[in-house]
Amino acid sequence: MKRITIDPITRLEGHGKIEIFLNEEGNVSNVYFQVPELRGFEKFVEGRPVEELPSIVAKICGVCPGCHHMASGKAVDAVFGVTPPPTARKLRELFYMAHFVHSHIAHFYALAAPDFVVGPDAPASERNVLGVIGKVGVEIGTEVIKQRRLAQEIQALLGGHQTYVVMNIPGGVRKGLLPAERDEIVNKAKGFIEFSKFSLKIFEDVVLGNKDYVDLILNGPYSLKLHSMGLVDDNNHVNFYDGKVRVVDVNGNEHCKYSPEEYREYVAERVEPFSYLKFPYLKKIGWKGFVDGQESGVYHATPLSRLNAADGMATPLAQKEYEKMYSVLGEKPVHATLAMHWARLIELLYASERLYELATDPDITGKELRAELGKIHGEGVGIVEAQRGTLLHHYWTDERGIVLKANIIVGTTNNNAAISMSIKKAAMGLIKKGVEITDGILNKIEMAFRAYDPCFSCATHSLPGEMKLKLCIYDEKGNLINTYERK
Amino acid sequence: METKKPKLKLAVYWGAACGGCCVSVLDVHEKLFTVVENADLVFWPIALDTKYKDIEAMPDNFIDVTLFNGAVRNSENEHIAKLLRQKTKILVAYGSCAHLGGIPGLANFSTKKEIFERIYEQSESTINPEKTKPQSRFTVAEGVLEIPEFYNDVRSLGQVVDVDYFLPGCPPQTERLVEVFLAIVTGAELPPKGSVVGAGTKSQCDECIRKKTENKQITKFYRPWEIVDDDETCFMEQGIICMGPATRTGCGNRCILGNAPCRGCYGPPDDIKDSGAKMMSAIASNLIEKDPQEINKILNDLVDPAGTFYRFSLPNAIFRRKLV
Repeated sequence: MKRITIDPITRLEGHGKIEIFLNEEGNVSNVYFQVPELRGFEKFVEGRPVEELPSIVAKICGVCPGCHHMASGKAVDAVFGVTPPPTARKLRELFYMAHFVHSHIAHFYALAAPDFVVGPDAPASERNVLGVIGKVGVEIGTEVIKQRRLAQEIQALLGGHQTYVVMNIPGGVRKGLLPAERDEIVNKAKGFIEFSKFSLKIFEDVVLGNKDYVDLILNGPYSLKLHSMGLVDDNNHVNFYDGKVRVVDVNGNEHCKYSPEEYREYVAERVEPFSYLKFPYLKKIGWKGFVDGQESGVYHATPLSRLNAADGMATPLAQKEYEKMYSVLGEKPVHATLAMHWARLIELLYASERLYELATDPDITGKELRAELGKIHGEGVGIVEAQRGTLLHHYWTDERGIVLKANIIVGTTNNNAAISMSIKKAAMGLIKKGVEITDGILNKIEMAFRAYDPCFSCATHSLPGEMKLKLCIYDEKGNLINTYERK
Repeated sequence: METKKPKLKLAVYWGAACGGCCVSVLDVHEKLFTVVENADLVFWPIALDTKYKDIEAMPDNFIDVTLFNGAVRNSENEHIAKLLRQKTKILVAYGSCAHLGGIPGLANFSTKKEIFERIYEQSESTINPEKTKPQSRFTVAEGVLEIPEFYNDVRSLGQVVDVDYFLPGCPPQTERLVEVFLAIVTGAELPPKGSVVGAGTKSQCDECIRKKTENKQITKFYRPWEIVDDDETCFMEQGIICMGPATRTGCGNRCILGNAPCRGCYGPPDDIKDSGAKMMSAIASNLIEKDPQEINKILNDLVDPAGTFYRFSLPNAIFRRKLV
């Protein structure tokens, strides 16, 4: 048995590792995707006052701290049995839309764009964000950095600091918005909408305008038939901050739609001894192994799955783009993994439009920031859509609000099985007997997981170049017989 | 007769971290172009070749500056910390986790066994009747799969290797990083080894934007949700626990600006050895009550003192972990 080790690809709160085993003919026999790190938040939040959790759990991820802060804030509200007043509710969502804008911009330009704007087979030294800037011009590159900065500034204004967020307090928020600050946010939101449209135009020109790329998206080894999960509002439109979790099956029929507190009826997690990260699946179907299709319990929770699981977008410009994507790709649900990039840009436009709506809402500068708290209920679940998937926090407390237990299912965790399978499929499609393993092949394997924007490829970390990859092939005794390196 | 100085060789690495420290590096925003002009990033796992072999192949002290963020939680974190120490001239413990253990250091209130049982057995959404646990070496049909060993204790970087400077914060304020970076690039005289850089020397209270009155007597402790904070008076004077007295300046009052009390991510100033001891003395000196029973009643409202006073610093505290 030959063995190819890709270690590390990059990180998920640490790093990710891929083991590819080849059979005697040189074809792929199996692939393992391993997450080598654990910190144990669920355990060490025990004993903490529950109101401290939104800021403690924000440290699960420094790239999407706002997601954990919001899911946790909602779980804490539920522990107190309280609903924040409209101004507080809207300020939270306003913050959250800025969080999406920063993250989606960073992912598309720093991570995804190099593969399309520069090209999947381009020399690796050019296939990075500086290469993208080289292609599209310094002016646009500076604009990308600027727009992301403006989104970070909105978060810092509302949350104390863009990474160390202290916004939420049980039943509301700690700080209101002044009219002058609101006006600045309105201006920024207008800029985000224009920038999102511009980004979709780039995608249309560069990707959709290139027959090879369209072929790669639709016919490359990047398609898995998975169930799709996403949060929806009352109209079954995509919502990032609130609503019910809806799952549609591989054919687009509703598998389930549930309130956050019902999650344990629908989702379960599996433990594998070779990875610190668990593998969630749809409980009613059960774990059938690393397989796709209608009979499998494996689902994904990504920008694409959110669009698949919904009937549309809640804002007009994003809705237009939504309709266009499904019309061009000719199916719904879409199963082409690489279409996640397109879906992410449609979400960027939605987040920008929603940010504008919220910033111009008269309630946003209201003074009522906190609701009266009632008796402590002792249990609460909070769910939001993180950029990288549906995020859940569930807490139990004593009568004083001291945490007894916590259960957390993180965005990327939902996709653990799906990512493993996407990598395997790409590896099987690309590594074959007699085919030389080139730099382009390595990159195309990488593209399989990059589409998920998992935390181990955190977009914001990829400056100033793209990570290099090294494949080592060992013989059955573990001796290194060949290496391929992408510099 | 100036000669062009060679570019600084810079490395950024994370141990047990969240990525927020790397975001703080990225938050230089448009100044990124200045950074790239003055420094070559030779190692940054997310961005560059992360093969440890390549680091091993570098001569000792090849890297000028390494910003090491994250705590030491597992065998891989420890291995790379030692490797980078050997290859680096100036090793900086960057951010709260490398500096003091940080939030992941709260895990020292539990053991490895308790953490594994909670996450892989007791978790309410996990179905695991066989009680399967991740194993550092596991044999599958095709061969042996390995993952790093999870240690019982979380340690800060300075507890594992010799550290040149400590740059605190969770994450560090980006402006402080830029100041330190520019000082190194311009060849400014560096402070003595072991210093805290990129931060002040006073306590948060000395520079706080909130108003202090003469009325410093605490008669009752409140949790933040129990009272409506007036947005301008010292939190401690309102009876809300704030880590300001035991925390170094440097963050720019950022949590206070968000109307939240300080939680101590910058760690104690030079003259305070232990945050908890300092907080206990700060509280004791503010209690007006003299009757021991009444004092007990007041202190009873002070919930989770250990988890609050050592929120970011448990591994470096005098009491480093829960005894089992």
